[in-house]
Amino acid sequence: MKNIHVSTTVNGDELEFVCAPGETLLDSLRDRLGLKGAKEGCGTGDCGACTVEMNGEIVCSCLVLGAEAEGADLRTVEGMATGDKLHALQRIFIDEAALQCGICTPGILVAAQTLLERNPDPSESEIRYWLAGNLCRCTGYDKIVRAVQSAAAEMRGA
Amino acid sequence: MQYLKPQSIEEAADILSRNAGKARILAGGTDLLVQLKSGMIEPEMIVDIKHLDGMHDITEEDGGYRVGAAVPGIKLGQHAGVKALWPGVVEACELIGSTQIQGRCTMVGNLCNGGPAADSVPAMVAADATVRIAGPNGARDCAVFDVPTGPGKISLEPGEFVTSVFLPARPARASDAYLRFIPRTEMDIAVASAGVSLELGEDGTITAARVTLGAVGPKVMLVENAARAIIGTTLDDDAAEALAAACRDAASPIDDKRGTVEFRTQVAGVLAKRAARIAMTRAGEK
Ligand SMILES: Cc1cc2nc3c(=O)[nH]c(=O)nc-3n(C[C@H](O)[C@H](O)[C@H](O)COP(=O)(O)OP(=O)(O)OC[C@H]3O[C@@H](n4cnc5c(N)ncnc54)[C@H](O)[C@@H]3O)c2cc1C
Ligand code: FES
Ligand code: FES
Repeated sequence: MKNIHVSTTVNGDELEFVCAPGETLLDSLRDRLGLKGAKEGCGTGDCGACTVEMNGEIVCSCLVLGAEAEGADLRTVEGMATGDKLHALQRIFIDEAALQCGICTPGILVAAQTLLERNPDPSESEIRYWLAGNLCRCTGYDKIVRAVQSAAAEMRGA
Repeated sequence: MQYLKPQSIEEAADILSRNAGKARILAGGTDLLVQLKSGMIEPEMIVDIKHLDGMHDITEEDGGYRVGAAVPGIKLGQHAGVKALWPGVVEACELIGSTQIQGRCTMVGNLCNGGPAADSVPAMVAADATVRIAGPNGARDCAVFDVPTGPGKISLEPGEFVTSVFLPARPARASDAYLRFIPRTEMDIAVASAGVSLELGEDGTITAARVTLGAVGPKVMLVENAARAIIGTTLDDDAAEALAAACRDAASPIDDKRGTVEFRTQVAGVLAKRAARIAMTRAGEK
């Protein structure tokens, strides 16, 4: 089993890592690059806790190989804040208690960020469909949806 | 296990033919990685084809569209041209998984996985789509209907893989639709599904139709009796009921935790009828 050398961009930084051929991007991010924001909930694409953005689209990093990150442009939850300043989504999730245990939160934040960049004023049902692949065992989703709506409003300057 | 990135279609075919049974194509990986992790498959080589020329392209061809084998669901859904010509195929592909899965999943992977409940397959068969297959002896075209042969089985020869799907041209007043039944609104496997594609004549009667069913047999079904039941009609209630009856007759589902034989049979008829009505409305609006 020959390890693979991968050059990639994560949150704007050019990074390199070495991974096993069958290793998932989720494991590469967590164990090779020390980016532990993306979580493993299921490992089968169902829960979305491992969500990252890859070349502009959100993906389950548990269903991507680390080797496939070669030349890719990745964004993870670690890239959302600017220094000490949280992204509006992050701040509002805390303020409005849109999380309890927090396992699902990094994946939801990344997914919601991509949604709002594409659609600054999504309806409730657009938010619910967009986030259908992000499971949350704790909140019952309402607070998550409302936090995304508040963040959207703030980001629109409303 | 090795991860390989061949530099050409020929090299990919060569790797596949020299390692028949040991090498697997990787498209979006949303089936492959799940099967790899569960130990269901143990390939010695994973052959990634996503970076090869043309795999990400959607191009106009003879009034239809050729969709590269690596085009993910979300990109197909963003293509206004394909959506206008084959809305049923696009809606079927967009039903696959969540937004995250859409960022990766391909119609070709959906087809080549061989699942009897694969959502894009009945829609592609209703569209009379073909796939272009590359292999050690060059390229050939094959009807989508002839690719799956049974659960998890496809007709591709050793060394062969799919490079694109072709969705053909169609007359002005024509459209299609796809519907599936799942117990919730997102993220589930079809219990039964139906695709309908039809063409209308000057007077608004149906001049041609293809009706397909998914998840009610070992592979996708093309129900010719159902098409016959609506050709020459305006899809009046009697014709719609005859179509549903033909679909119920054709369905041969299994009983499992997601649905009984009776339920699946009944629902297949209902879905085909509703899909036909949607396709009819879409065609009439053109
Ligand atoms: C959470 C989740 C939800 C899902 N929901 C649905 C759903 O609602 N409906 C549905 O139908 N499916 C669903 N799926 C299954 C899967 O996402 C689809 O079947 C998808 O279209 C597979 O495409 P892929 O590109 O990811 O294929 P891969 O996983 O890359 O490949 C699938 C199979 O096809 C082979 N293959 C791929 N490309 C080629 C090629 N060009 N030539 C020859 N062989 C090839 C591979 O070797 C493999 O055996 C879901 C999966 C997950 C994880
Ligand atoms: S860990 Fe990837 S979807 Fe659950
Ligand atoms: S906050 Fe616990 S899973 Fe969402």
